[in-house]
Amino acid sequence: MNAELTFPAGRQPGGGERVAPSAEAILDTARRLRWEVGGDFHQTLMEAIYTDAATIADRAVTRPGEKPRFDLDRTIDRVVTSRIWGFPLMILLFAVVFWITITGANVPSRLLADLLIGQGVPFLHGLADTLRLPLWLSGLLIDGMYLATAWVVSVMLPPMAIFFPLFTLLEDFGYLPRVAFNLDNLYKKAGAHGKQSLSMMMGFGCNAAGVVATRIIDSPRERLIAIITNNFALCNGRWPTQILIASLFIGGMVSARWAGLISALAVVGIALLGVLLSFLVSLSLSRTVLKGQVSTFSLELPPYRPPRFWQTIYTSVIDRTIMVLWRAIVFAMPAGAVIWLIANIHLGDLTLAQHLVSLLNPVGLLIGLNGVILLAYIVAIPANEIVIPTVLMLTVLTTGVTGQGAGAGVMFEANSAADMMTLFRAGGWTLLTAVNLMLFSLIHNPCSTTIFTIFKETGSRKWTIIAALLPLLMGFTVTFFVAQIWRLLAGG
Amino acid sequence: MTLQPQPNAPQPPDYSDLLEGDDSFTLTIQPPPGDASAGCTTCPSHNATHLQRLGIDMGEWDYVVALGGNPNVGKSTVFNALTGLRQHTGNWPGKTVTRAEGGFEYGGHRYKLVDLPGTYSLLATSLDEEVARDFILFGQPDVTVVVVDATRLERNLNLVLQVLEITDRVVVCLNLMDEARRHGLVVDERRLARDLGVPVVPTEARQRKGLSELLQAIDGVASGRIVGRPHRIQSEPPALKRAVNQLKTQLEQAFPGLPNARWVALRLLDGDPRIVEAVQRGELNDLAALPEPALAAA
Repeated sequence: MNAELTFPAGRQPGGGERVAPSAEAILDTARRLRWEVGGDFHQTLMEAIYTDAATIADRAVTRPGEKPRFDLDRTIDRVVTSRIWGFPLMILLFAVVFWITITGANVPSRLLADLLIGQGVPFLHGLADTLRLPLWLSGLLIDGMYLATAWVVSVMLPPMAIFFPLFTLLEDFGYLPRVAFNLDNLYKKAGAHGKQSLSMMMGFGCNAAGVVATRIIDSPRERLIAIITNNFALCNGRWPTQILIASLFIGGMVSARWAGLISALAVVGIALLGVLLSFLVSLSLSRTVLKGQVSTFSLELPPYRPPRFWQTIYTSVIDRTIMVLWRAIVFAMPAGAVIWLIANIHLGDLTLAQHLVSLLNPVGLLIGLNGVILLAYIVAIPANEIVIPTVLMLTVLTTGVTGQGAGAGVMFEANSAADMMTLFRAGGWTLLTAVNLMLFSLIHNPCSTTIFTIFKETGSRKWTIIAALLPLLMGFTVTFFVAQIWRLLAGG
Repeated sequence: MTLQPQPNAPQPPDYSDLLEGDDSFTLTIQPPPGDASAGCTTCPSHNATHLQRLGIDMGEWDYVVALGGNPNVGKSTVFNALTGLRQHTGNWPGKTVTRAEGGFEYGGHRYKLVDLPGTYSLLATSLDEEVARDFILFGQPDVTVVVVDATRLERNLNLVLQVLEITDRVVVCLNLMDEARRHGLVVDERRLARDLGVPVVPTEARQRKGLSELLQAIDGVASGRIVGRPHRIQSEPPALKRAVNQLKTQLEQAFPGLPNARWVALRLLDGDPRIVEAVQRGELNDLAALPEPALAAA
């Protein structure tokens, strides 16, 4: 009661005038308050300390005969970072995430394609006719820019809208540091810094961000290794390619019941291959050009926190899905224009695109891909996100498959997975093409944004070129050998 | 190695320092000096820590570490293990108290280690408690290591909580873990660290186990890589809490930047003459690290 009366009075001198109270004033206040609190101050304070000490000690100590206190964090950690269960659980968890993504994305993807392409394109063409737009302009705008964008949205939006929130939930829950913990040992053995596992985790979102994240590594030698190998962390732009191709071709090999699971496992396999490659490249770099001591560090495992579900969903949709999608659209529109142009500019009998494709085809076929895919990868240097739409558009061009009486360079109306398969088959795709595309998508040069970031971070032309060309060279090598062995086994 | 037996080696057992107290026993199993150094340099703990014991050679130091704790928790064992000294600190209850000091080098930094007298609290007004309290408060060590007895955690935590009120640059050395194990106690040091908000390192100082982790934690806190978020006493009654807050506000206005205004407020309410004096003489300004005094000397 007393305290309530004096509380405002005590506040006034300092609070109102902002004059520092003098020593005597403080001592006066202390004397007055001591009187109010009562004579057993010492006793009261000791009791408070004892109560806190008892609570804390009780939580930390388990006495003989008592059952060990159940500490959820520790129990979870013991399982997810265990030597035996750590890796299988990691694989299982990611497989579940991809399975949900793949099975869940099918229906909305079809609906979007139906709406944006099946109905959007004829509608826009009708509109262009009423406006009496010249054919070349409506072609460039609708069949080039709009179609490429519509493709990106319908192919990428549903899987991203499912995958990113799931991934963010895992991240918020605190699982990713445990993955880093599991991988740390591998990287240390590879002569790299354990923190590389953390920059790799960032790379799974975006390689450019992963490259920046290597700043946490102090030693320049280990940092270079981390920068060069970050590309092997499958990034946002490449997940959709993996998910789509896996669900079409790998999932298509087995009965519908198992399709989702098998294709999810295929994507996990590719992601793990990326981790393995980063490990191998780190190892060979640290044994050759980047020799040196391994530094140690301690990795603190944060407590598990139940993610705030709706907030996580909201922010991951806004931050990641929309951002990535926006980036894809920004790059897809000019790319769509470029594709339409090269498909409609004639040099002799053939279009520019056909010339380029037939030029690249021998190399492409040698490594189990084709000219269209290689051309798509050249067009998609600014952003990996548009590889698939570009592949689809170029395939339509070169195979001459057309729908709805449209001319060259017009997107085939592929509303469903089945239609897309027809398209790929017409382009001469086989299971080998799909597997090698997945491999090449994992192992090729980083996108131009990442390359630029590497240059900014290293300040070295030499290392930037190495970081860009080393994976490309490896990609060609891997796909080449896979193609040769495949064909040898297939007897072709 | 500096593990030389002292000329007056067989000393009477000193029960005030070690839980089991039988220091002469420790001396008898001590191998000859030659073997001792060989054993030391090859043991993993030595190699891992890169610890260089400097004994009393403390010409210059980068950081000052205070070593506090209840009596009989192996505080001096920790002190000796880190500095390579074998001295018995003169903290006999009721006698004049001296601080034992030693040095060591770790991770490229030279540390001065100050062994404070063992105390159960920093509140009561016995001489040894005042020495410990004054050093932690006015000496402003870069790190305060509180050695606690894992078998008597609750009693030991009383001191830890009081130290945490004064400074957040604390490492708790959870010693006598072997003892606790023998009693069938399981101490969850991670839980403890989370509740206290500062690093907790389990050690068995007599077996030299955990010392390398302890050094890492000390280094982390000293260099500012580890920043504690110490537990503050929560169970005080509301009237007391209000009084403390009110006084704390005034103190913060008078001494901006004072790192432990709450604790000073608590001591003033308790009428601690040393703290009253510190307020009157403006000594708290040194703690607040202000260039000029904010209040006129009374």
